[in-house]
Amino acid sequence: MNPDASTIAAGAPIEVDLSPIAEGQDIKVFWRGKPIYISHRTKKQIDEARAVNVASLPDPQSDEARVKSGHEQWLVVIGICTHLGCIPIAHEGSYDGFFCPCHGSQYDSSGRIRQGPAPANLPVPPYQFVSDTKIQIG
Amino acid sequence: MSGPSDYQPSNPALQWIERRLPIFGLIHSSFVAYPTPRNLNYWWTFGAILSFMLGVQILTGVILAMHYTPNADLAFKSVELIVRDVNYGWLLRNMHAVGASMFFVAVYVHMFRGLYYGSYKEPREVLWILGVIIYLLMMATGFMGYVLPWGQMSFWGATVITNLFSAIPYVGESIVTLLWGGYSVGNPTLNRFFSLHYLLPFVIAGVVVLHVWALHVAGQNNPDGVEPKTEKDTVPFTPHATIKDMFGVACFMLLYAWFIFYMPNYLGDADNYIPANPGVTPPHIVPEWYYLPFYAILRSIPNKLAGVIAMFGAIIILAFLPWLDSARTKSSKYRPLAKQFFWIFVVVCILLGYLGAQPPEGIYVIAGRVLTVCYFAYFLIVLPLLARIEKPRPVPNSISDAVLAKTGSRSTPMVSTAIALALAGSLFAGSIDSAKASEGSDTPPANKWSFSGPFGKFDRGALQRGLKVYKEVCANCHGLSYVAFRNLAEAGGPGYSVAQAAAFASEYKVKDGPNDAGDMFERPGRPADYFPSPFPNEQAARAANGGAAPPDLSLITKARSYKRGFPWFVFDFFTQYQEQGPDYVAAVLQGYEEKAPEGVTIPEGSYYNKYFPGHAIKMPKPLSDGQVTFDDGAPATVAQYAKDVTTFLMWTAEPHMEARKRLGFQVFVFLIIFAGLMYFTKKKVWADSH
Repeated sequence: MNPDASTIAAGAPIEVDLSPIAEGQDIKVFWRGKPIYISHRTKKQIDEARAVNVASLPDPQSDEARVKSGHEQWLVVIGICTHLGCIPIAHEGSYDGFFCPCHGSQYDSSGRIRQGPAPANLPVPPYQFVSDTKIQIG
Repeated sequence: MSGPSDYQPSNPALQWIERRLPIFGLIHSSFVAYPTPRNLNYWWTFGAILSFMLGVQILTGVILAMHYTPNADLAFKSVELIVRDVNYGWLLRNMHAVGASMFFVAVYVHMFRGLYYGSYKEPREVLWILGVIIYLLMMATGFMGYVLPWGQMSFWGATVITNLFSAIPYVGESIVTLLWGGYSVGNPTLNRFFSLHYLLPFVIAGVVVLHVWALHVAGQNNPDGVEPKTEKDTVPFTPHATIKDMFGVACFMLLYAWFIFYMPNYLGDADNYIPANPGVTPPHIVPEWYYLPFYAILRSIPNKLAGVIAMFGAIIILAFLPWLDSARTKSSKYRPLAKQFFWIFVVVCILLGYLGAQPPEGIYVIAGRVLTVCYFAYFLIVLPLLARIEKPRPVPNSISDAVLAKTGSRSTPMVSTAIALALAGSLFAGSIDSAKASEGSDTPPANKWSFSGPFGKFDRGALQRGLKVYKEVCANCHGLSYVAFRNLAEAGGPGYSVAQAAAFASEYKVKDGPNDAGDMFERPGRPADYFPSPFPNEQAARAANGGAAPPDLSLITKARSYKRGFPWFVFDFFTQYQEQGPDYVAAVLQGYEEKAPEGVTIPEGSYYNKYFPGHAIKMPKPLSDGQVTFDDGAPATVAQYAKDVTTFLMWTAEPHMEARKRLGFQVFVFLIIFAGLMYFTKKKVWADSH
């Protein structure tokens, strides 16, 4: 009952061009049937994410560990609430990040859980920068 | 099933079979001669009702499966085609969908009955545990069945429920992958759910056989909780129990038919008429009503794993009931304290169900936690404690004594129930106020529709005018992809002739092909063609409309609704009010205002609409006075357009509505006569037994 070969093949890495995403905007792409949010964060969002005392978070993780160094403005997260799998809405909630409409979980501009029933941060999918304006997810 | 039968068939053919396979003896001893306590009340007919419902579900389900396509791209459409094109497909689908709810209604009554009369106590522990297993199987089957129409609630319900298993440490993620058959809920998930949904009812049927077997070995419990001692305590199953069960089933069918024919969508969710979209989460994901108490327990616990454990624990705990409640007296009739706590527990369950449907915020979360504690306290504290401290009233010596005594003191006023109900009422009142305050949009005004009520019919003129409004205005952006031109000539529709429908179709250009040269070509429409959509695909629709794709209108009046809230949803059951969708659509069409009221900012490219949730709608004001000219002299006003086009869209959403209501009336006449006959036959049969 595990995924069949064609499903696995369809889950191969994808490349995403970042150049059309303006600062403060984000896009949603699908990879392996999951929505991936790619946010071009503003200076304010980055500062907010880094000003937090990491130890005080429910799932402690620094913003530096969640983005690629040299590309701090890009946040790439799997847009699936870690509570029960709904899709959080970007740019909503009290933390300049994501808000899940199902059970009220709120994530900050680094995709970390700040409030609500979700136990963990939004996961960062495996990805790397192939060039300054292009990433490969997977 | 109660020992070797002395049944001897008189027919030689039956005798021949009986000597080789004593099946008639088995049936005779189980369902004819089987001694049943003579003091059983109507709560005991729910066993027969449940058997009947299982039969109905399997029968309708097998036929539906002949027409259903378990594929993520086709499932939603195939269900719509069942409703629209299959002979009596709408009836089959309503029977099956409503039947699931009725099955749970009956099983909850059956379970509470067992709880009240102590039917789980020695020697019926195994019988009770088999019942809990059936209940668990029913929940799994019901959940997977709800996924099959592949609407938004199906998809997101499946996502939320399968994700519950990810809370299990270490193996959780692998289990979820196994359930999905992929990286997320998708086509493989739908396929395996279909397969299991087909399989599980037969597993249920198997366990039901064990359940009935165990019942016939231990014998039925009864309202007085004393075991039958002499022959005077029992009556033969047939005709006594058979006819009483028949009457019970007939009454239950009246309720069932009320939903099937008059409010088939009352128990469903409007969002499930929107095809599944993995990119958009509905604002409130709500399971079917029968899971709501457990959903409320899940949500009231802030930790994910603990929440999942509590939810499953709330069901599993039932299996331990025979040992949690060690009181010797079975029936709560003779247990003054247990009786009161039982009713409090019923109220707790209902309130949990109500909370499960509310957004998880504010007072609802706190109330949910309190009630979750109450739920578990009933099993873990109240019942074990009562068994030790309660002084039960003396039970009668035998069932025949109880029947003869038949004291008039049927039910003493239950003070605690009154208090609990009052508490519940005030909680409801409080929650409505807070809900009203938080709701941003106005409630659409209720219109008078020709199609509402038990004898409602579509106004032919309104349908024809509505079609004209759709064709000249709406069709520029909105598709109507489930409606074919041939439908325009069908009974219960706008009342065009076949020739008129064909002429109407030929005005459209339909893409066909490929031809022999391999090219696509355009040809005039035929009656069998469907209304062509204005955009080739959703992306094109989105791009041409500022990012918001205009929804297909075929189902819009069923896919849109607004919250009725308590107590309105209770009244709606009796008044058959189910026109939230049409009311909303008509209100949105007329709800545009030039200027947003102060304090409301509308983003660039959106328009202010009083009734649209959030008020910022991407669709510009579609209708204005004089835009469409009617041939029949109806006023060319926005109000008239809105009303006509909404009527038309109600017809596109349910083309067989008139047939549904007409058949419903006939069924009701039949059922009432049938139930009456059963009642008087029952009276006659039982005349000497009371």
